[in-house]
Amino acid sequence: MSTQIQISPDPLNIQSCIDWIMSPQSGGIDVFIGTVRNATKGKAVLRLEFEAYEPMALTEMEKIVKQAIEKWPVQKALVHHRTGVLQVGEVPVIIAVSAAHRAAAFEACRYIIDTLKQTVPIWKKEIFEDGEVWVAAHP
Amino acid sequence: MKIKVLAFGISKDIFGASSVNLELANDATVYNLQYVLEQQYPRLQQLASYMVAINNEYALPGDTIHERDEIAIIPPVSGG
Repeated sequence: MSTQIQISPDPLNIQSCIDWIMSPQSGGIDVFIGTVRNATKGKAVLRLEFEAYEPMALTEMEKIVKQAIEKWPVQKALVHHRTGVLQVGEVPVIIAVSAAHRAAAFEACRYIIDTLKQTVPIWKKEIFEDGEVWVAAHP
Repeated sequence: MKIKVLAFGISKDIFGASSVNLELANDATVYNLQYVLEQQYPRLQQLASYMVAINNEYALPGDTIHERDEIAIIPPVSGG
């Protein structure tokens, strides 16, 4: 079982993630690519800013990947998350999972991204024309 | 004891800094820390929620804080 977990201020490379996750033992790979959307609740978003508590975020991502490996027979798992300023259409996160059969890859990939959004200490700020807001900060 | 509290996301805006230094009793708990912080920074109470991390792990209100622990305020996360 091999894993690759990274946080980086540099643009993420989708192809290199796919190249890393491919293997002769795999029957399928599942890739989730998060992208910066141009609007939230009908309001135009100019850009996003991501901030991470890096050592803890890496620890939490490692825990999530370990849980996914325990739950499903996956072969490789990759999580790359970007920080800093991202424009509309750019990629803040890539999750990739390979497995012998597709069901495990799909389910583990979904588990990793869903849990990442709940527990990993990374924050995004939406920048609008008339202001900015830390997502989910207030009820 | 003196402790340093790291801040991220909106908690950095609330503190007006990426960290603050506090004086706490030697056997202080996370709950005690939250009380002191909320007295000084009432806007913390307006957050949907927030957690405290000790040495890169989520902590519970009853957990004890030791000098030289790495303490961080974790407002609601929104990565991905």
